[in-house]
Amino acid sequence: MPDDEPLEPEAHPAGRTGWERLWRAGRPRLTRANAYITVLAMLLGFAMVAQVHETRSSGLENLRQEDLVALLDSVNQQSLKLSKEADNLTATKRKLQDDNGDQAALKAATARLQTLGILAGTLPATGPGIRITVKDRKGVVKPSDVLNAVEELRDAGAEAMQINDVRIVASTYFAESTDGELVADGTALQAPYTIIAIGDPHTMATAMEIPGGVVDALKQLGASPSIRSSERLDVTALRAVSAPRYAHPDNP
Amino acid sequence: MIPAIGLVVGLVIGIVVHPDVPLSLQPYLPIAVIAALDAVFGAVRAVLDGIFDDKVFVVSFLSNVVVAALIVYLGDQLGVGSQLSTGVVVVLGVRIFSNVAAIRRHLFHA
Repeated sequence: MPDDEPLEPEAHPAGRTGWERLWRAGRPRLTRANAYITVLAMLLGFAMVAQVHETRSSGLENLRQEDLVALLDSVNQQSLKLSKEADNLTATKRKLQDDNGDQAALKAATARLQTLGILAGTLPATGPGIRITVKDRKGVVKPSDVLNAVEELRDAGAEAMQINDVRIVASTYFAESTDGELVADGTALQAPYTIIAIGDPHTMATAMEIPGGVVDALKQLGASPSIRSSERLDVTALRAVSAPRYAHPDNP
Repeated sequence: MIPAIGLVVGLVIGIVVHPDVPLSLQPYLPIAVIAALDAVFGAVRAVLDGIFDDKVFVVSFLSNVVVAALIVYLGDQLGVGSQLSTGVVVVLGVRIFSNVAAIRRHLFHA
């Protein structure tokens, strides 16, 4: 090794200054030794860059233990956060898929809509039932009598009813106009009155004809009611839907 | 002059090529680079002392590199690789500093 000499700053064998000596040694000389040295210097530069590159690109093996522990901790926390986020996103995805794919819910909603339509009178209904015809030439039938008949039919399980051309729903009212006509939901009714009720025909017919019931009462008044059961009747009168003004759905 | 140009050329080649150090060489390369640097500073000092010899430089450069790598290898085999690496780096660092001090005295007389 070339550096085992004693440290003598002023040792200038040829009497030249350091700069001159360095300059002289640095002059290009085409010797074999100079070529070797150049190759070695090149190798050194190459190795230095390679090592620097390696150190920069290599990550964890050069770190100290505390750094590694801190790094592990932060990575763990981030992983926890990300897995929570992944859970949330998975749940959202499942919900969306359920919402999209649930044909059963759509069918159920449609069926419910039809049921409610029949109850509210917005849809025509068909099925077995009875037809009650009340001939009233003398005009003795009062609104209360019609109401009694309707209530009796409801008790007997009528699901859809109409009187003449008026659909009977929960809010239907019966009244008497100033000139003695029967009025249902604001529409004047002309005798003979025809009530069509869809439900179990036998039950409803029996309910009408019990002693002291609707038929008896009407006969005592002087009207002549007749009941006819049928396997297929159509309730075709419809009722317009009006949105409630004061009541709102109360979803829990 | 030419060796300095060679050093720069080596640096440029390294930057351009972006070499990947083989795994088997990874523990030894940093020590070898330090040892080579030690040889280079020793050579500059020898030039200033007027005792530079081409052959001595080539041999010292190569032997520095080989011995440094050998010490690290031996340390790895004995299970004290990292400690021995640290020791070699300390020794070489001290030598580099003393060489640089001598160079400084030659060039700046301070």
